[in-house]
Amino acid sequence: MGMILPIVTFLPLVGALLCLALPREEEHIHRGVGIGTALVTFCASLFLLSGLEPTKMNHVVDFAWVESLGIRFRLGIDGISVWLVLLTTFLMPIVFLSTWSAISDKVREFVIAALILETGMLGAFLSLDLFVFYVFWEVMLIPMYFIIGIWGGDQRLKAAIKFVIYTMVGSLLMLIAILYVVVKAHQVTGQWSFALETAQKLVLTKTEQIYLFLAFALAFCIKVPLFPLHTWLPLAHVEAPTAGSVILASVLLKFGPYGLIRFAIPVFPHAVETVAPWLAILAVIGVVYGSCVAYAQDDVKKLIAYSSVAHMGFVVLGLAMLNSRSVNGAIYQCLAHGISTGGLFLCVGVIYERRHTRKMAEFGGLWKRMPVFAATLLIFTMASIGLPGLSGFVGEFLVILGTFSAKERAFDGMPAIFENARLLSAFAATGVVLGAVYMLWLFQRVMLGPITNPQNRKLTDMTPRETVVMLPMLAMAFWLGICPNTFLQHIDPAVTQTLIQFREKYSAGAAEGDARMLGDSAKAKVEEPTAPGGNP
Amino acid sequence: MTENFPLYLIILLPLLGAALNLLFGRRFGNTFVSVVACSAVAGAALVATKAVLLVASELPARGALVDQLVSGDWIVAGDFKLQAGLMLDRLSSVMVMVVTWIALLIHIYATGYMEHEPDFARFFGYLNLFTGAMLILVLGDSLPVTFVGWEGVGLASYLLIGFWYHEDKNATAGRKAFIVNRIGDFGFLLGICLLFTVVGTVKYADFGSIAGRLMTPWWMGWPVGYWIAILLFVGCCGKSAQIPLYVWLPDAMAGPTPVSALIHAATMVTAGVYVVARCHTIFDTFPEAAKMTVAGVGALTALFAATIGIVQRDFKKVLAYSTVSQLGFMFVGVGTGAYTAGVFHLMTHAFFKAGLFLGAGSVMHAMGGEGDIVKMGGLGKHMPITRWTFFVYCLAIAGIVPFAGFFSKDAILAGTFAAEFRMSTQMTGAQAHLVALYPKLLWGMLATAALCTAFYMWRLYFVVFTGKFRGTEEQEHHLHESPMSMTLPLVMLAVGSVLAGLIGVPAVMTHGLPESLEHVLTFFNHWLSPAMVPASPEPHEHWLEWALMGGALTISLCGIGLAAALYRGGISETAENLKDKLGFAHKLLWNKYYVDELYDFLLVRPLRRVAVILWKVVDNLVIDLGLTKIGPYIVDSLGALVQRFQNGDVQRYIIAVMVGAAGILFGSTYWLAYQGIQGEVKVERRTVTLKLGDARMRPGQLIYAIDWDGDGKFDDTNVRFNSELKHEYGNAGQFKIVVEARDPVWNMVKRSDDWFFGASTPLSAKVE
Repeated sequence: MGMILPIVTFLPLVGALLCLALPREEEHIHRGVGIGTALVTFCASLFLLSGLEPTKMNHVVDFAWVESLGIRFRLGIDGISVWLVLLTTFLMPIVFLSTWSAISDKVREFVIAALILETGMLGAFLSLDLFVFYVFWEVMLIPMYFIIGIWGGDQRLKAAIKFVIYTMVGSLLMLIAILYVVVKAHQVTGQWSFALETAQKLVLTKTEQIYLFLAFALAFCIKVPLFPLHTWLPLAHVEAPTAGSVILASVLLKFGPYGLIRFAIPVFPHAVETVAPWLAILAVIGVVYGSCVAYAQDDVKKLIAYSSVAHMGFVVLGLAMLNSRSVNGAIYQCLAHGISTGGLFLCVGVIYERRHTRKMAEFGGLWKRMPVFAATLLIFTMASIGLPGLSGFVGEFLVILGTFSAKERAFDGMPAIFENARLLSAFAATGVVLGAVYMLWLFQRVMLGPITNPQNRKLTDMTPRETVVMLPMLAMAFWLGICPNTFLQHIDPAVTQTLIQFREKYSAGAAEGDARMLGDSAKAKVEEPTAPGGNP
Repeated sequence: MTENFPLYLIILLPLLGAALNLLFGRRFGNTFVSVVACSAVAGAALVATKAVLLVASELPARGALVDQLVSGDWIVAGDFKLQAGLMLDRLSSVMVMVVTWIALLIHIYATGYMEHEPDFARFFGYLNLFTGAMLILVLGDSLPVTFVGWEGVGLASYLLIGFWYHEDKNATAGRKAFIVNRIGDFGFLLGICLLFTVVGTVKYADFGSIAGRLMTPWWMGWPVGYWIAILLFVGCCGKSAQIPLYVWLPDAMAGPTPVSALIHAATMVTAGVYVVARCHTIFDTFPEAAKMTVAGVGALTALFAATIGIVQRDFKKVLAYSTVSQLGFMFVGVGTGAYTAGVFHLMTHAFFKAGLFLGAGSVMHAMGGEGDIVKMGGLGKHMPITRWTFFVYCLAIAGIVPFAGFFSKDAILAGTFAAEFRMSTQMTGAQAHLVALYPKLLWGMLATAALCTAFYMWRLYFVVFTGKFRGTEEQEHHLHESPMSMTLPLVMLAVGSVLAGLIGVPAVMTHGLPESLEHVLTFFNHWLSPAMVPASPEPHEHWLEWALMGGALTISLCGIGLAAALYRGGISETAENLKDKLGFAHKLLWNKYYVDELYDFLLVRPLRRVAVILWKVVDNLVIDLGLTKIGPYIVDSLGALVQRFQNGDVQRYIIAVMVGAAGILFGSTYWLAYQGIQGEVKVERRTVTLKLGDARMRPGQLIYAIDWDGDGKFDDTNVRFNSELKHEYGNAGQFKIVVEARDPVWNMVKRSDDWFFGASTPLSAKVE
């Protein structure tokens, strides 16, 4: 089991190399290699669950890479990342299967791009070294750029460039912040190290922390995307092929919250104190704003893209509230959003392949012709709305609950910074109402009413292949809704552990003047928490 | 006291039925679907009955059967741990019996009513899904579990209202129902959050001990219990169609009639009343402003909806407004503390209102789907069973003794009249007076609503079943009594509408009867109170109770008499004239007080407009132009700036080069000066050694001056670069050391205590 993490990470890359070796003409073989590799990766990743200890890093590998700079290839997995990794490996076979007929041009290149993308995503979720993380983060960017830019819609180039510029701006600032942290750590310890562990121990002054947190957070909030950094998303979603949209919505957006909880929040706790309320406010604006704008759309994909802005607003709100309920809810919402929105994009793909349009006005009354599809779309719609028993409920509920109780039941020793958390919670909860408004509007416009467009009379229901694509997604939508503890049993201890580490670093106080390392007792100012609070 | 019982069977059977019918029903045909659907509900009903009998016979009044659905916790998130469990106590027993048995009758009815429906399987799948969700709602042992069922019934309701989805009208009605309910859920969800935040538990079993914590003052001077109650009540207003969220229910009649009977009359819409009774500890928080709110909203809704019902022409719309109105009665019951009476009315209402709807369905079935009562008339002779059962229901809802509605409505009216709201003791005399008068005002509103109820129900009866037929000849030709599967439930519900009231006879009427008979007649009065909920208030004097009963009966008879005068044997001319005379009042009622139009104007259209504005203005203009144009703009203008220098003018190039070089030299000197004054202090008794930092690039070019004691005068000047300087202090103490570095070439001076370029740690020496 020792090498399982590199194996899982690089299996897709091996598949991509295999594709390179095969002749270009054999499209079906390439598709087969894609699905096969993704399936094998998924099966391999299932082993990660067995015997996982959620509160610590499991299966850690640690190789020297650039020794003179202390860059080490270090991977590990804990309760937070394990389900995000599984979400990724679970989705990839589905994505490949869904593109069976949708992508007929440059199949080999597509398979290679998607497989490299998978390696990038897995590596970024698993890396414990800031440099390695950055490398994988950038590795993700390029295949996605090609997927949008080559296999996308009419405005694909504009969309791809916008996507890249937004992401690059964020990631460059993140790189600068990483370098600053590493140099500071070198000044204190005299050793070069890009390890996350070192960064977590490094205590900087409050001002430094705020600037660095903002640099990290900008990168992550663009990915989320947090209002008002979201405008790349609708364009990218609309222009991307179905497969791209699914990967983008289900996995790529999750790097925002993941980066926040794994890197930005634990490393710069004293900045969080100042910045988190602003993040929370932007998140709530995102929830309400995203929902409203979604309601104004007449393009199915755009509507779902804006709904992502709203759903991911819940995630950031949960993270910013820094209590165990809300952070659990945020991570859970990540998984739920991955399934429900991924499912919705797959559904859009089904009708797009038949009609080559995404305008709601072109549809209407499809239920009559496509009952199985109607049921599928209905379930994903309800999951997205947050109906209990389906994936969306638990996460939203925990975030709203955690936000509402953030002041009274703050995590022990947390700063009492959320004076108006209840108000934020109430505003966020309007997202529950607005979600129903725009999603049911979508459902009615597309599926219900009379068939007005004669072209829709000839539509056929989902093919067996499409049904096979949907079934695992549907199963997961129910599973996430009915058995939340399957996931929370790993997420909850890891989240609690992260928050305890956060609190320890927070209550040790920010550096004044020189940076120092945590646990350096000679200089550390031990300050007992004075904030009132409930239980951790 | 609790005991384990496999309660999960009660919810699992209907859910299994739903899954079977939705997945495979189409393939196996209608008979299979009917058998699966009905037997699933019948099975649930039998298990439920067995469980309720256990509760009645084996357990004490406060006891409950429990069933843990998930071993351990269902949701764990830090300190929030939620178990998913079911609980059957006396209160949920009432609900479970009503839900399972009425659902069974309506399932049987629907097998006949829907027989020509091509989507038979889907219909029964939804209906079973609804039953399962409703049972989760009433059996849940905590607010979140109840909320799961609460949303589940909302979904089923949405699907069934829009069951005939090919008409946009139906789909829109379903959507409206879901969204309005969601507005209520918004409050419900926040109520759960507040309860957890303040009290730390959301389980019903713990509610007995939380009353103290609910009294904590919270916001605007009211205790936290008040706010929890209000938030939960917002949810109840949505689900149970109370002002201001009632607007979805009349539109919900777009669904098939059995759905209207089951969901939108007998069961789902009563969920709000159930939740108020279930959470009565919260609603009872002193001062009882929450209860006053609940009762006020209930009374207002009862009267408001009843007046609308008077003039409507659509058979099911009349019944819908009647339901809204009757739900208002129930809320007045639970709001005035007459919990038993409220729940009792919930139960009796389920019988006669389900019956009324099924009767309406039977009529419309015969009329070929026609719902306008003006086009009916004289149907009594064609469909006697429907007619006479409808007659019984009308007697029951009007509150004629000894039919079910009489006893339950009387209990609410008497309870309201006798109610006292416990408010702050520091009220002024006038305030106290108002609070004391409030129940009487509510009573007056309810009495008026009861008058309207009797009138519009009997108007319906006379217009539809008596007089001459007013429809087309073809319709008349087709008139027929409905099949057995439909008439049998009608008869059974009629029997229920007679008998259901007889278990809750007021105590004054049973004086002197044999004890066993008295026990049966007053059974319901003791079933819930005092163990489950507080006892309903009752007038102290017997004469008053009799007088109230007599008054209520008189009011009902007046209503019936008025209806008979105007509509017996068809719509009389007097009725038509009256309509014209009333003019604006009639128009106002006919248009339902224009509430839908008002909401459309105030909420629906503005939301759409705001959405479009946000998208087109904020997203496309402000952010996109802002972010994506300003960024490139900065780059562009920088480029333009640079371009200006590249104009081929050599002189300018030279100037630029010179300025640049000067800048570089100037900057580097500054930098070096700064570098030079990095120092390290070593103390050895009174001798202090200062090791100056290494000016790496130009060693020996800087001239230093050192002030050893921080008095502003330099003790050593003209010190050339030296790695170590020594100074001996005359006395002990803490000394500030200032180093000045001068670059003789540029004559730049830097000091170590400079705010910007100074040494990162101030230099100092502590001498003993």
